[in-house]
Amino acid sequence: MVKVEFLGPIKKEQMSVDVKDLKELAQLLKSDPDIKEWLKECAVAVNDNLVNSLDVELKDGDKVSLLPPVCGG
Amino acid sequence: MVEIYEGPLDIKKIFSSWYEWGKDRNFGAFITFVGIVRDEEGIEALSFEIYEPVLSRWFDRWQQKAKSRGAYIKMAHSKGDVPLHESSYAAAVFSPKRRVALELMDEFVEDFKANAPIWKYDVKKSNRIYAKERSHPIEGSGLLDI
Repeated sequence: MVKVEFLGPIKKEQMSVDVKDLKELAQLLKSDPDIKEWLKECAVAVNDNLVNSLDVELKDGDKVSLLPPVCGG
Repeated sequence: MVEIYEGPLDIKKIFSSWYEWGKDRNFGAFITFVGIVRDEEGIEALSFEIYEPVLSRWFDRWQQKAKSRGAYIKMAHSKGDVPLHESSYAAAVFSPKRRVALELMDEFVEDFKANAPIWKYDVKKSNRIYAKERSHPIEGSGLLDI
């Protein structure tokens, strides 16, 4: 299972899902009304590394984090 | 390493420790930046959340960049609530000569605002409201919006 966590202001508990890559995860999250609107504004980290491609395979125990728009300082 | 503190930063203490760290390392320039919470739009405080694993990787990349120019970066940030006129962010650059430090500070603070994984909330009447209009999507956002 892959752990998915939603950071910052996204009001959503972490979930465990059975997906094999980011594309499959994207399809799954699109069908979730709480998350759908956030997708276009979120960066994605796999095991705490930001990624820029959907061609990332996911394996059991991986963690995917969604990072909404930021404002430090 | 990013220094993270609960609540407002003790700027005098932080700058003093950074100065002590750097003064005998033969850096000719020590440049600092502080972010102070302004009294605006009826806020009582700002509140911050930080995702430390991604922040520390982001910072490590900047430290490498600084090192390649003979410089060194220090940074401190608050988590939780920071009241008006207190400080939530401090950065410093040490370098052998001033020009590198001045330029690096500019680049570093701009990239910090754009990409450091920190979320800001306005505190109004004890409610915590995400500062959405002032926030910026991190580079590469929207990847999962297919």
